[in-house]
Amino acid sequence: MPQKQGLSLGENVDSRQLRGRRELRLVWRLASWLTSMAITLLGLAVVTFAMTRLAPLDPALQLVGDHASASTYAAARVELGLDQPLPVQFVRYLQAALSGNLGQSIATGQPIVKDIARTFPATIELATVAIILGAFLGVSLGILAAVKPGSWVDGLIRLVALIGYSVPIFWLGLLMLLLFYAKLRWAPGPGRLDVVFQYTIPSRTGFALIDTWLSGKAGAFRDAIAHLALPATVLAFYSLAGISRLTRSLILAEMGQEYALTASAKGAAIHRVIFVHILPNIAGALITVIALSYASLLEGAVLTETVFAWPGIGRYLTVAMFAGDMPAILGGTLVVGASFVILNTLTDLLVSKSKPGDRL
Amino acid sequence: MTRPLLHVEDLSISFSSPAGRVEVVKSVSFEINREIVALVGESGSGKSLTGRALMGLLPRRAVSAASILSLEGRDLNALSPSGWRKLRGNDIGLILQDPKFSLNPALQIGRQVEEALLLHTKLTSAERRERALDMMNQVGLPDPVRLYKNYPGELSGGMGQRVMIAAMLVNRPKLLIADEPTSALDHDLQIQVLSLLRNLTEKLGMGLLLISHDLKQVARYSNRVLVMRHGTIVDRLAGSDLEQSPHPYTRALWNARPSAQTYGTMLPVFNETDLSA
Amino acid sequence: MTSSIAATSNETGFIRRLLRSPSGLIGASGVLLIFAIALLAPLIAPYDPILQETANRLAPPGALHLLGTDAFGRDILSRLIYGARPTMALLLFVILIMAPLGITIGVFAGYFGGYIESILMRLTDIVMSFPRLLLAFAFVAIIGPGLINGALALALTSWPAYARQARVETTALRRSDYLAAAEMVGIRGIRLLWGHVLPLVLPSAIIRLALDMSGMILAAAGLGFLGLGVRPPTAEWGTMVAGGTEVIFDQWWVAAAPGFAILIASLAFNLLADGLRDVMDPRND
Repeated sequence: MPQKQGLSLGENVDSRQLRGRRELRLVWRLASWLTSMAITLLGLAVVTFAMTRLAPLDPALQLVGDHASASTYAAARVELGLDQPLPVQFVRYLQAALSGNLGQSIATGQPIVKDIARTFPATIELATVAIILGAFLGVSLGILAAVKPGSWVDGLIRLVALIGYSVPIFWLGLLMLLLFYAKLRWAPGPGRLDVVFQYTIPSRTGFALIDTWLSGKAGAFRDAIAHLALPATVLAFYSLAGISRLTRSLILAEMGQEYALTASAKGAAIHRVIFVHILPNIAGALITVIALSYASLLEGAVLTETVFAWPGIGRYLTVAMFAGDMPAILGGTLVVGASFVILNTLTDLLVSKSKPGDRL
Repeated sequence: MTRPLLHVEDLSISFSSPAGRVEVVKSVSFEINREIVALVGESGSGKSLTGRALMGLLPRRAVSAASILSLEGRDLNALSPSGWRKLRGNDIGLILQDPKFSLNPALQIGRQVEEALLLHTKLTSAERRERALDMMNQVGLPDPVRLYKNYPGELSGGMGQRVMIAAMLVNRPKLLIADEPTSALDHDLQIQVLSLLRNLTEKLGMGLLLISHDLKQVARYSNRVLVMRHGTIVDRLAGSDLEQSPHPYTRALWNARPSAQTYGTMLPVFNETDLSA
Repeated sequence: MTSSIAATSNETGFIRRLLRSPSGLIGASGVLLIFAIALLAPLIAPYDPILQETANRLAPPGALHLLGTDAFGRDILSRLIYGARPTMALLLFVILIMAPLGITIGVFAGYFGGYIESILMRLTDIVMSFPRLLLAFAFVAIIGPGLINGALALALTSWPAYARQARVETTALRRSDYLAAAEMVGIRGIRLLWGHVLPLVLPSAIIRLALDMSGMILAAAGLGFLGLGVRPPTAEWGTMVAGGTEVIFDQWWVAAAPGFAILIASLAFNLLADGLRDVMDPRND
């Protein structure tokens, strides 16, 4: 909740002046945030570019094959720009990336941006459902644990969080598959939709939930949810652990504050104190952590998608890694990395905005 | 002989520590009627805890017991948690020291003043607002209608404390506990707030337990004074008699007050052997 | 949990307090146990971890093989025990690369200040915003799998937190009388940093290491799972889980056992970190 800065009475400042000053500060802050994000993205591009040059594989050789003549090989080098000095190569690389050209995948033969456009939505959908699940469950469990600290409920929740922190996500996914798919037959098979729907639902947005909803086909939406359930739950587990821990400690810290005592002194029961009084005060911190978790879910998707054969960018990357498809690996890393960076810096900006810099 | 508003007999509060049970308030007994009773003492004498115990708001590790604890004849010892909740903000109110911390920075002022009404009455939203605005007027807040929508971060110390008072008195409690209500304020504001409290106590016909370490204040504004030391009440007298108390500890407390007269001199130090006599 | 309010600052008091916290105790013993297992593997493993008994492939847990055998007929228990080695080795390598790198950058930035500090901190912020795991995966995928590469990848993406912390502490120290006194005596530059600043920056770095290690174990296991870990036939937990994926539905123990080992190891470090946090920052809750 916004904490407006009070004006100290007695300060003869023209209110128009003040507003202008404040607007200028906002513009300045926005500009500096944009530049720092741009620099970070540039840094990311440098790293991915460096990796292309560090690879033991010669891209020109990969292009022309082992049996090409020396002249063909030389021509390939020129075409790929490998004869230019490194900084020039980097600029060309950057130009290409910004214009949407990330090269061609060796495995699929398709332009990489096309592959990414095909697979990224699946990952975004998975990560979004996972973060909603993780945030909702995490905050709820955190509240439950904070209400009765030291009780068995608290202990159980903290244990679950501890395990969530420590469990390898791919192993958890495998076990869940074993239990819910193989043994119990509750969860459907791999992929985003059953074969029945896979080819009959027009892909308008790339998001299965939206597309099935729009298609109006009976059972399609439910099928999409059923397929999402298990991988999203597994992916959510790690963020759930962190969020519940944080919620619990934030609430416990706030409960020691005097305004909580005041609320109790008015006769408020503990659930009112938590929801009406404490939650607005910790919302900022919680939202920050949730946003950061969302970014790291994009990373975690790599392992989860592999286990569940989810056709997202994570699985695309692992397939590329197995195939040694270097351009695809780097293209995918650049795109996911850029999303990660943008999300993170966006969160930083929101954090610094909600706390007017007086106490920093 | 009407029964007392608040009757406390043999109140003890203890904490569990690694070294065993530590008693911080030992067998305290007193009564409050429709008057201002002050509870004074040094830090750590147990006066704040006593105030909290009267509302059942002790910290988790503390245990309290009293042979009699009654408000208008109602036995508070037998209260369940929900019974306590019905009491707080309804029959008993609590004002804390610093409105910077005791008011919720994230909620509107109006909402916080209304809250006791929301919890304990069936008034409509418009009625609650009306009562809250009226109370804000009575405590001397300028332009309550505008303040209603503001946040506590914009209030000065004096205004904040008035908001706190309004919030606690809006539901007309019978007893108000004020825990160091003026310690965070400048001298002038202190006088204003104390006068306000005294006027409201008279006007609303309630009892006020004023917990303080400022003896001069207490002498001026309270009817009776209870002096606490190391968890027990060592002296009871009328407020106006504070300066001339025969009790050595009370004397020592009174003499230890820094003032314009004592400027440049050493303040007296308590002599434990003398006082333990 | 712990009761010491008047905390002693000597080291033996610290360890005693750590051991009094239940999570610290369990965590510390767990970590030591895993180290011991890794060190003593040849002595405790019942079988040779790469010995294949092709006639006895995918055997369920039994008397001969307590945890069964994998798809190549190798004893899972032995591979589990030996699997502690690459994990611990990787942790060690990561610590040896990441901590010195991060601390050095942080200390330099904090001590020299000015534009050195701005440049170094800018660099730190940039690397900190990178997706650690993703870049580590890509790095190993490109450069080639292996223990050192994996450790390098993880270390190069995780040092910023140490740099930040070291810089904050060094900046605080820079203004202190303690450093000024040393400088007056004539201790300057690198000697000063090494002998006077470093010892004070190390304790919090060590705590951060404990906190990081559980994540490192998971990251290393992830690398192994994706085939970017140590080369077969070396036993490594993540790789073992990947190997058991094909047969997860029928011979589930092949994947379950190594994953469980990862969980226990990560849990031990997390408990240790919790214990350390309890000692460092006791809060009554």
